[in-house]
Amino acid sequence: MKRDGKKIIFEKESDLPPNAMSLGTTEFNETGSWRNERPVVDKAKCISCGICWKYCPDMSIKEDSEGKAEIDYVFCKGCGICAAECPVKAITMIEEEK
Amino acid sequence: MKYSIPQKELMNPGHLACQGCGGALSLRLVLKTLGENTILTFPACCWSVIDGPFPYSSVKVPLFHTAFETAAITAAGIKAGAKKVEKEYVNAVAWAGDGGTYDIGIQALSGAAERNDDIFYFVYDNEAYMNTGVQRSSATPKGAWTTTTPTTFPKAEFKKDLDAIVAAHYVPYQATASPSYPEDLTKKLEKAVKIRGFKFFHILAPCPPGWKTNPEDTIKLGKLAVESGIFPLYEIENGEKYTINMPSPKKDLKPVNEYLTKQGRFRHLKEDDVKTIQEYVNKRWEKLKRLAGV
Ligand SMILES: Cc1ncc(C[n+]2csc(CCOP(=O)(O)OP(=O)(O)O)c2C)c(N)n1
Ligand code: SF4
Ligand code: SF4
Ligand code: SF4
Ligand SMILES: [Mg+2]
Repeated sequence: MKRDGKKIIFEKESDLPPNAMSLGTTEFNETGSWRNERPVVDKAKCISCGICWKYCPDMSIKEDSEGKAEIDYVFCKGCGICAAECPVKAITMIEEEK
Repeated sequence: MKYSIPQKELMNPGHLACQGCGGALSLRLVLKTLGENTILTFPACCWSVIDGPFPYSSVKVPLFHTAFETAAITAAGIKAGAKKVEKEYVNAVAWAGDGGTYDIGIQALSGAAERNDDIFYFVYDNEAYMNTGVQRSSATPKGAWTTTTPTTFPKAEFKKDLDAIVAAHYVPYQATASPSYPEDLTKKLEKAVKIRGFKFFHILAPCPPGWKTNPEDTIKLGKLAVESGIFPLYEIENGEKYTINMPSPKKDLKPVNEYLTKQGRFRHLKEDDVKTIQEYVNKRWEKLKRLAGV
């Protein structure tokens, strides 16, 4: 068994564990590439209420050093829940450029 | 940032749920309160996939994939094993879809409830067999489109009243909950972890591809389901003591139309169909209020 960053590589059958057990996290899977639209936070508007963080199904909202919402674009799938639920409309969805 | 629910995160990003999945958000919220001393078991359902491919996992607690019909009995076995190695504090958790609960899993569920096994049983109810491409289940609501109930023959029957079936087992604690109300869910979980015996949670989990909805509407739909009385939030203790949490029994319900028109699976409904659904919801709401004595 080899590790390449967050990926796990089995080189031969005898490498496999004896039963199906988890050896790593899905964080190797950068789901940000699924996004059609990207949420952008207007930090001047953000009131640090935590509502977007609470509702994100992809654990993609963190807190910056000022306590404002910050998007983790590595994993954010662009569902738009955060923008729809922000009480002060501090988040806008903009089309992703490929 | 203000945190109204625990900050602890026991789910990893990179999981395989669709954008805006109510089922993924629900487990994220549940694990925050259940904590590390939890062992999950999933029968076949969307979550078997959301978890990620072997050898990776999107949850930071042990997880056991089990057969479609065996969620409840697997959790009961996990609990028995934990007791044997003097780890009785472990939360043994069955996490199943509506198909795996209302249909194929109901005998195992009833068995565990009757024995009052010390487990948590969660049904994340997206009202169809989503993982295999949106087939109707007995949890699918009347009038809904699925691939096996096409718009020319939408689901004819009303949704099975599973909560009443569970209540007929007089289990210590059961509740309905919604990812749109994380604080309510958290409060109920905090109560349930202190109870020994069978604990049942019914979570309505919006599913954008299966309901034909916009991913961004997941939270709104959860709220509309509650406010319209389609999915009221309540608790039942020992099969008898009913407590309504939301909506307020004193206020009028929102019309069901607002909830239905946001979803493609109901787009074919005529005025008369909506009326039938509205009357049914009103009747059920009156019954619930009677049971709660309000
Ligand atoms: C005995 C058996 N029959 C059929 C299947 C195929 N199957 C896998 S997941 C699934 C649908 C599950 O639906 P539900 O429990 O509602 O969960 P959801 O996918 O909607 O999350 C089906 C039919 C199976 N795995 N085992
Ligand atoms: S768009 Fe969706 S996935 Fe991305 S940060 Fe907002 S809520 Fe999370
Ligand atoms: S919901 Fe809006 S105001 Fe609240 S923390 Fe998120 S971006 Fe800021
Ligand atoms: S099909 Fe529905 S329940 Fe399944 S992962 Fe997608 S959104 Fe979630
Ligand atoms: Mg389902």
